[in-house]
Amino acid sequence: MKPDFRLLAPDLVDRILDEAFLLLRETGVKVQLPEARQLLAEAGADVDENAEVVKLSERLIREAIASVPHEFFLYDRAGKPAVHYGGDSVQFDPGSSGVHYLDPDTLEHIPSETPHLVRVLKVAQSLPAYDAVSTSVVCNEVPKAIGDLYRLYLVLLYTTKPIVTGAFAAHTTHAMIDMLAIYAGGRQALAAQPLAVFDVCPTPPLIWSKFGCQNLIDLARAGVPAEMVSMPLAGAGSPVTILGSVVQHTAENLAGAVIHQLARPGAPLVWGGAPAIFDMRQGTTPMGAVETAMIDACYAQVGKALGFPTHTYLGATDGKVADYQAGLESGISALIGALARINMISGAGMFDFLACISPEKLVLDAEAIGMAKRLARGVEVLTDTLALEMFAGIEFKADFLKKKETRTLFSKEQYLPSRVIDRGSIRAWQDAGSPDAWQRAKAETQRILAAYQRPASPDQERALVELVSHLARQAGMDTLPPLVL
Amino acid sequence: MSQELFDAMRQSVIEGDPDLAATLARKAIEQEIDPLVALNEGFVPGINYVGEQFGLGEMFLPELVVAGEAMKAAVAVLEPEFARRGTARQILGKVVIGTIEGDIHEIGKTLVATMLSASGFQVYDLGVDVPVMKFVEKAREVNADIIAISALLTTTMVRQKDVVGALHDSNVTAKVMVGGAPVTRSWAQEIGAHGYSEDAVGAVAVARHLMGLA
Repeated sequence: MKPDFRLLAPDLVDRILDEAFLLLRETGVKVQLPEARQLLAEAGADVDENAEVVKLSERLIREAIASVPHEFFLYDRAGKPAVHYGGDSVQFDPGSSGVHYLDPDTLEHIPSETPHLVRVLKVAQSLPAYDAVSTSVVCNEVPKAIGDLYRLYLVLLYTTKPIVTGAFAAHTTHAMIDMLAIYAGGRQALAAQPLAVFDVCPTPPLIWSKFGCQNLIDLARAGVPAEMVSMPLAGAGSPVTILGSVVQHTAENLAGAVIHQLARPGAPLVWGGAPAIFDMRQGTTPMGAVETAMIDACYAQVGKALGFPTHTYLGATDGKVADYQAGLESGISALIGALARINMISGAGMFDFLACISPEKLVLDAEAIGMAKRLARGVEVLTDTLALEMFAGIEFKADFLKKKETRTLFSKEQYLPSRVIDRGSIRAWQDAGSPDAWQRAKAETQRILAAYQRPASPDQERALVELVSHLARQAGMDTLPPLVL
Repeated sequence: MSQELFDAMRQSVIEGDPDLAATLARKAIEQEIDPLVALNEGFVPGINYVGEQFGLGEMFLPELVVAGEAMKAAVAVLEPEFARRGTARQILGKVVIGTIEGDIHEIGKTLVATMLSASGFQVYDLGVDVPVMKFVEKAREVNADIIAISALLTTTMVRQKDVVGALHDSNVTAKVMVGGAPVTRSWAQEIGAHGYSEDAVGAVAVARHLMGLA
């Protein structure tokens, strides 16, 4: 039996869906792109063109979302299915779109630039805890007009894992799809074996912006997976209660799913989100709050009930350095996400409300993720008898170390942490200079960076550099920042 | 007699009851109480108390926001009376505020607007997705002291810089303050903004500072 953490009784899932359907029928959703409103009108929705408000019946919604695939794979650059969206799969990737980098020595949060993202990518590529990589930080020295595709460019150069990304403008979505198509062998091949999923965000409450709609439609038509990231902020951008926020999340994602599936039925789509509670003292949106994780677990349960693959933002901290707060928030929230069996959990490596990333924290978070995945795997029966056979010849001696089962099964039964988790003696620790977790993470990061080798794919790389250089020139950059190859 | 009314006014703000605050303001006008006295003896102590308690962590944003709403309701009733008597309430400064073009994030901006308004600024809230020139035009129209620009996206934040440039080109001398999740102090400096705040409470301090107040 695999542990399965559910906060909602089945009748409560039904009530959430009922209220979300009512909300979409009575209040409606604001759809700011005329083309999206047209799609909805053609499907029979009640459209108020002036107010840009669309009211959807439960029947229309259910019919439209019936075509959503219950599962799909993301492929690595070798063409292997490497991430499974659907069912009870639990996978992790680093957080996205930070603007700061935590200097590991001074502990200052500095504006992130190309070398920082490259370090993050090398670490994420190297650590098995991360099933996918992401366009983790903005490179502040690069013109904003191409910032999103430039991040993807680095991801393609430095990693081979599946990618969680997103665009900031409609025209860059197309450029990014073209960049991915270089590695997939064309746009059609990319649709058949997608290398990346794109985050697409509604605006709370109940708004799909022009850009959000355009993204949904373009990604659906390209057959590239889209991940809806609805972000109710409980008490500010959405109702203060956990359930109230889950209803809003459900309504926003349902509306997005309808637009997406009307654009192209059967296109891959993920029921994702990045909700948070609203801190009533600071006016901030804590990602490490337990209630934030509870909203996530609830909406994932709703998404699963509808048959969607799922995603969320957990495993990050609001703390500013890797201290007790960072550990408890990152670890607890990663664990809740894993137990809620969310297919993709983004957020590792991040501090300060997803604003700041650190490869050293990625190394630390990999341990929380390793343990969370271990717990999610549950207790397995690995032997014919649970214990009896292993008692053969024991004769009251503590000799289990000699047992063949011990040798063959320990690494299956026990998650083996890296050197950042201190399980040594106090003397060994003192002899090593009494390093704390951060110092151990710094050393481990150095080891990973030293061992890292950049994947080679010269043909695609040439085509990619050519395409991105062209796009960069259009944005006013004469040369791309030099790469540390 | 008046003291009782002032206490009730104070309480209406603390409890965040806009209807009651408006009713009490009307009562003051009926009783021929100087609106400035009603404001300063009645409502302002209420908002000051809420601000103080908020600072101490004893009151919370929902209470702060409704207190601001109550304050606004009271001022709306008293305002015509100021005009009639030829007096004016003390305004710390005029602020034009909005979220920049292409960006529809509202919460932070509205919170800042509420806090500024409750603290004695005259606030013109242009809403979200505000074009660069609209900031400039509104600032010119109302002779604004401060323009406050919010941006929640790294892609829209660049347009904060355009506002600074457009103000300069149009010879509008209002000071510019910027805020929003991706906005940093160094970004504010880089684009030539005069003030930057992390949050709504800090924004009031920044605005006061820009007005040369303590």
